[in-house]
Amino acid sequence: MSAINQYTDLYRQFGRRIDAASSPVLNALRQAALAALDGRRLPAKGDENYEVSDLEALYAPDYGLNIDRLDVAADTDEPFRCDVPNLSTSLYYIFNDMYHGSGFTSGTLPEGVMVSSLRNADEAASKIIGKYYGSIAPIDDPQVALNTLLAQDGILVYVPARTVVEKPIQLVNLLRAAGPLMTNRRILVVVEAGAQAKMLVCDHTQTADVDFLNTQVVEIYVGEGATFDYYDLEEASGHTHRVSSLWARQEAGSNLLINGITLMNGTTRNDYHIDINGERAETQLLGMAIGSGSQHIDNHTYIGHNVGYCHSNELFKYVLDDDAVGAFTGKILVAPGSPRTEAYQSNRNICASDRARMHTKPQLEIYTDDVKCGHGATVGQLDEEAMFYMQTRGISCHEARTLLMQAFMSDVIDGVRLEALRDRLRHLVEKRFAGTLAQCRSCTAAQACHAKIKK
Amino acid sequence: MTAMLEIKDLHAQVEGKEILKGIDLTVKAGEVHAIMGPNGSGKSTLASVLAGNPAFTVTGGSVTFNGKDLLSLSPEDRSHEGLFLSFQYPVEIPGVSMVNFMRAAVNEKRKYFHQEPLSASDFLKLMREKRAIVELDNKLASRSVNEGFSGGEKKRNEIFQMAMLEPRLSILDETDSGLDIDALRTVAGGVNKLKTDNNATIVITHYQRLLDYIKPDLVHVLYKGRIVKTGGPELALVLEEKGYDWIKQEFDGTKGE
Repeated sequence: MSAINQYTDLYRQFGRRIDAASSPVLNALRQAALAALDGRRLPAKGDENYEVSDLEALYAPDYGLNIDRLDVAADTDEPFRCDVPNLSTSLYYIFNDMYHGSGFTSGTLPEGVMVSSLRNADEAASKIIGKYYGSIAPIDDPQVALNTLLAQDGILVYVPARTVVEKPIQLVNLLRAAGPLMTNRRILVVVEAGAQAKMLVCDHTQTADVDFLNTQVVEIYVGEGATFDYYDLEEASGHTHRVSSLWARQEAGSNLLINGITLMNGTTRNDYHIDINGERAETQLLGMAIGSGSQHIDNHTYIGHNVGYCHSNELFKYVLDDDAVGAFTGKILVAPGSPRTEAYQSNRNICASDRARMHTKPQLEIYTDDVKCGHGATVGQLDEEAMFYMQTRGISCHEARTLLMQAFMSDVIDGVRLEALRDRLRHLVEKRFAGTLAQCRSCTAAQACHAKIKK
Repeated sequence: MTAMLEIKDLHAQVEGKEILKGIDLTVKAGEVHAIMGPNGSGKSTLASVLAGNPAFTVTGGSVTFNGKDLLSLSPEDRSHEGLFLSFQYPVEIPGVSMVNFMRAAVNEKRKYFHQEPLSASDFLKLMREKRAIVELDNKLASRSVNEGFSGGEKKRNEIFQMAMLEPRLSILDETDSGLDIDALRTVAGGVNKLKTDNNATIVITHYQRLLDYIKPDLVHVLYKGRIVKTGGPELALVLEEKGYDWIKQEFDGTKGE
């Protein structure tokens, strides 16, 4: 008996209500999703690439779902700019899994660019959604199928061909509920040929004591010669269970940067799956995870070099303290007939306490000659000599640790191609290590987490 | 005048092996002491123990520094109280800029004495002033701590940090090692510029060379974890001429080890 069953049963019972509070383009895939889930189970701990994370267990509890799309009383009195203020963005919100739009930035997007709810999309947006929704994330993946079965809303970002969106598009996801809640969110990004855009997605939990199962599927299409940056920042609560699955497809000459940042969380499983389908494409896949208390952070990545003459560079770094658990499983596949591929993968980690655990599995699978590939993984401790050296200069043990951990993350931060965000992120990471993250009035979630950070 | 530093019968070990076997040493303000001795005699261990290196365990004796029990203080509090160790091998810290490193050091000391942190402009001014003492290139100040510095640059950087922190007692551990004559002169010049009647210096060295530039008031010979001989500056010259064998002979009653 799989945890899936309670959701398929739910759909069989309430499918009509779920459909009624969604849109035809999203409803169109639900039967296929239901069929894909038939007789399946979610990955359990110990399955390949799930060495430390148990999705069956994550999905097992009885969470509430807001299938009728009742409005949540989100506090919008103060513009919530999460913890990345002073960054000029076109700002949009999703409260739980409901799109709430902007209210601040309408009319500032270049002509033809669409940022829309997936549920309440106009005709033009529905056409794009109909074309791309479910075309990148494979429905035979149970995680994707389950999200497809239940997701009723989300966001579309559409950038038409040769259009440059200068201002980053920021999506703030806020979780807020009185009781345990499952949210199923969908993000669809279409950047057409020659277009350019940057997107920052920030996850926050406002009710820190409530259990959330926050699932999302992100689909990104990067057209020929297009450039797209996607920054995925989680600053949630200890009771937030996040299962995120990102699927990107790159066409020839495109340039994609994905940077996944876990600053504060409960249990997180992120999948980043990139298929490079056109020649001369560039890919940067970066990630950082900072864990303390009993945080659990698991990133799984896949980069498929399906054609030749492409470059990819992957770097994930973790700093784990207290009883935090981290996992990284990453595969680069160079398909047959992909000459002149250059692909590098690196995973470097620090366990700052004796009890912190890191699991890492870097993989390269190469079926073409004439490629340059490399991978490596390290797990180490904070440099004792450097610690003592700093202490002899009067820098306290705590401050010395903070400086060293911050320094360790510097190359992932330097990879951010948005200067204001880079500075902001450096500051956030500094605050995170110093144990003073997220003092902003709108976010009570992170404050509860401070207690967990060992001084 | 009361002693600034008073070491009494200090014993210390590393990994169960006793290295210091009863050190007695008294240093007063305004004095320069040289500690010499053959390799493995315990010179660097003494410096490490005084600075509070957790790798060493003190098994006996006492150290009083400005009236305080030095051994009960954390390494950072020893620094705040005015102890400075110039490392024989300064540590490289990639990703931590010299500026951030020094700012943290200076401001933590100010915090210890309940002073406000220095403003950014005052801090940079202080950096500029102190850099000049050892002719440390501005470019080095903007890089990561010691990363990619030459041997001479690292030692100059140590004295620069000493200038920034204005310690009461500086311990220079083999500061001359790996220095060419010009660098040695610059580094020694920096140390001499920082010398006042209120501070003191312990120069740990294997060779007499450094003592041509930093004139000691007293020279001690450390051998097998004890100070076996103490004299004036002339003792260093004797050691330079005759080596350490005669000390070993006198102490062990045999020639060499």
